[in-house]
Amino acid sequence: MTPVAIAQRRTPDPGGGPEQRRLELVDALLAAGDGEACAVTALDWLARHCGVERGLCAVVDRAAGALVGVAGHGLPASLAAAFRIDLAARDHPLAVVLAGHEPVHFRRERGKSGPQIVTPLGDHPFLAVPIHSGGGDRPIEHGLLLLAGAAEPAREREACWAAAVLGIRLAALELPLGLAEERRHERELTLLRRGLETVTDPILITDAEGRILVANRRAEQLLTAEDRMSEGRRRAVAMNNMLFSAAAFTGGPGDEPTRRELLLVDPIEGEDLLFELLSTRFEVGRGETGTVSILRDVTDLRRASQEIEDNYRRLRIAEARTRAERDRLDLILDAALDPILVTDREGNLARLNPPAERLFAVPDAADADAAERRVRANDVVLTSFLSELAAAQSDRLRGELTLTDPVSGESIPMEARAANVVSRQGEVTAVVTIFHDLSEAVEKERLYEQVKRHSEELERRVREATAELAEQNEVLRRQTLELEQASALKSQFLANVSHELRTPLNAIIGYAALLLEGISGELAEPQREKLTRLESNAQSLLAIINDLLDIARIEAGKMALDVLSFDAVELIDEVMAEVEPLIDRSRLDVTREITDEIPELASDRQKVKQILINLLSNALKFTPRGAVWVRAGFDPATDLLRVAVVDTGTGIRPENRISIFEAFGQSGGSVLRRQGGTGLGLSISRRLARMLGGDIHLESEVGVGSTFTLELPRMSMES
Amino acid sequence: MNRETAGPDRPLVLVVDDYLEAREICAEYLGFHGYRVVTAEDGLQALDKAFEVLPDVILMDLSLPELDGWAATRRLKADPRTSGIPIVALTGHAMSGERERALAAGCDDVITKPVVPKELLAEVERQLARRGEAVGDEG
Repeated sequence: MTPVAIAQRRTPDPGGGPEQRRLELVDALLAAGDGEACAVTALDWLARHCGVERGLCAVVDRAAGALVGVAGHGLPASLAAAFRIDLAARDHPLAVVLAGHEPVHFRRERGKSGPQIVTPLGDHPFLAVPIHSGGGDRPIEHGLLLLAGAAEPAREREACWAAAVLGIRLAALELPLGLAEERRHERELTLLRRGLETVTDPILITDAEGRILVANRRAEQLLTAEDRMSEGRRRAVAMNNMLFSAAAFTGGPGDEPTRRELLLVDPIEGEDLLFELLSTRFEVGRGETGTVSILRDVTDLRRASQEIEDNYRRLRIAEARTRAERDRLDLILDAALDPILVTDREGNLARLNPPAERLFAVPDAADADAAERRVRANDVVLTSFLSELAAAQSDRLRGELTLTDPVSGESIPMEARAANVVSRQGEVTAVVTIFHDLSEAVEKERLYEQVKRHSEELERRVREATAELAEQNEVLRRQTLELEQASALKSQFLANVSHELRTPLNAIIGYAALLLEGISGELAEPQREKLTRLESNAQSLLAIINDLLDIARIEAGKMALDVLSFDAVELIDEVMAEVEPLIDRSRLDVTREITDEIPELASDRQKVKQILINLLSNALKFTPRGAVWVRAGFDPATDLLRVAVVDTGTGIRPENRISIFEAFGQSGGSVLRRQGGTGLGLSISRRLARMLGGDIHLESEVGVGSTFTLELPRMSMES
Repeated sequence: MNRETAGPDRPLVLVVDDYLEAREICAEYLGFHGYRVVTAEDGLQALDKAFEVLPDVILMDLSLPELDGWAATRRLKADPRTSGIPIVALTGHAMSGERERALAAGCDDVITKPVVPKELLAEVERQLARRGEAVGDEG
């Protein structure tokens, strides 16, 4: 509330307003016995005639140096009684009004800062009217009337008049307020305030509309803020107010205290605070109510209970897990194929899985007696094994024992492993014994031994066989080597022999030539004839020796290849020219046919020529009549040159078609001798053809003719 | 067939062969056809004779004792006194490589044994004709 200047006014004119009403006030004031009664009377009158809705009358307690409320209208008596302004604070707006002797308007102005006045009138604009007496230079100040609702000049004038009359009356009563009474009030009030302040929980009293009338510091901290405070704090307070109002005033109309939870923000720390709000309504008087609210901070309490809840939940989960673990363990035990049993310290069976049950529980077998005996026997075996464990230093024991199948009576070799289950305190709480049927293992062991024996035997045999093989290999290798050496020696021998044979043969031929030329004198015709025969046979012998030398060289691998590019057609022509004398002598029709475009060959020209001469001269020699064709063609797909020598000769019998390619394997030696061949020509030709990467093929029909085909790759690898 | 009389103006042929009969056949045949013939039995002798008589043609067997025909040929062709003399190689066999080896050694031509006397004569005449000294005995 801030003071608002109003038009300067003299003391209200006592003669203004309806006479009747004024007389009524005066009468009532005169009837009132003390100041408080006067105050009540005045406020009543103002309410009735001046539209005052709320009013407070405060008087100066000179002893206390304070302005204190003595009566109220439209507000709880307790609030009126609680009103107090220390007059030592001379700058208090109401103190200023009191000293200024002029009525002042107070109204809340938005955004305007200034001293805040908290009055029981709340937020309503009000008129503060000083009550004084004496007038002139030394007026006596008696107090203030705070009036809300009389907001029009005429009424205000009446109010000022009433205040003046009240002042006169109070002066007449010479401060008749019961001071003792007042002090008692004051003490109670102080006690109440101090008491409230000592309570750490926020406590506040609000009016029916939620306005804070009284609040202890803690409550103020949460619910009130001043403009100088930080934005955050003010916002927190605004929010708290909203939350608090919503919580405190949604209760039912009854006087029963309501309890609810309220989450507020600590405006200073910013933390969430959980309160239990206890609100109680009470009657203030004149049908008005107020509310006492006590907020109990249960933040820590809630936290603690939350923790307890969490712990409890965790405990439940752990419990469930343990249970699941136990169930799982049971499942595992039951699923295990090996007999497992748990006994207590005394050796009493506590838990058996099904395989263990078959050994240690009497079955519903036909022969129950026998089964029972066997079960008892098993028990004895187990007990003695466990007593061994009990006597042992260790917590574990392994042993091999023999149990009996209670149903079949079969004995079962078993491996037993027993272990003490020891508690944290080191006490043996149970013993777990696991059996493992060894009969299978025993059988496996036997089989394994057998397999091992067999495998060793097999290995030995393989070793022996391998050794034998290696030995044979070595023998073979040695034999191969010896053969190779023998072959090489043979070839070398043949080469040497050929050379040695040839030299004298050359001499024979040479001398024959000298004689035939008549160098050593004229020859008679019979002599010439014989000498010609001699020369011819010498030539045949020389041809044989040359062929032998070729074979020997080929077999010794000493036949070098000399690969060059050359024209195959040209070569064929050359061959034909070379055998011209033979052709002439044969009187055969010899035709050369070139069927394809023939590319240049990369091969050993000399050897190809040798082959072709051989094939062609053979054809000429062995064809009594008819024709001979030399057909050359090239197949790009296979990259092969084919030269076929076709004759209409006697043909070669199927059984001879292979042997004619073998050295000295000619078809019919007599024919050959008659024709003057060596029988080595085809063998050499085929070998040469193969050396060049090709071959010679034969097609023949007896009485029709033969075709020898030389096949050569376009490119020969140089060996 | 006329027998020419060998005179000091007749072309001189050196016949080199380790085989007596071969030398004799050549000598007799060439002599019959009017050539002067000198013979040698091995490579070293061939060099001595060649430098001594400086023949017009040399017939050289390649397989020779002491120093083979190839080496002797190379030596003669390397010497300015004898480098111009045609050398005809006589090889034992016409296998490939033999002829090439002979030509590579410096021989002017190669004749394969057995030597046909008529061919030998023709070869000698051809070589002499190349030097412009052919003996025109058979026209």
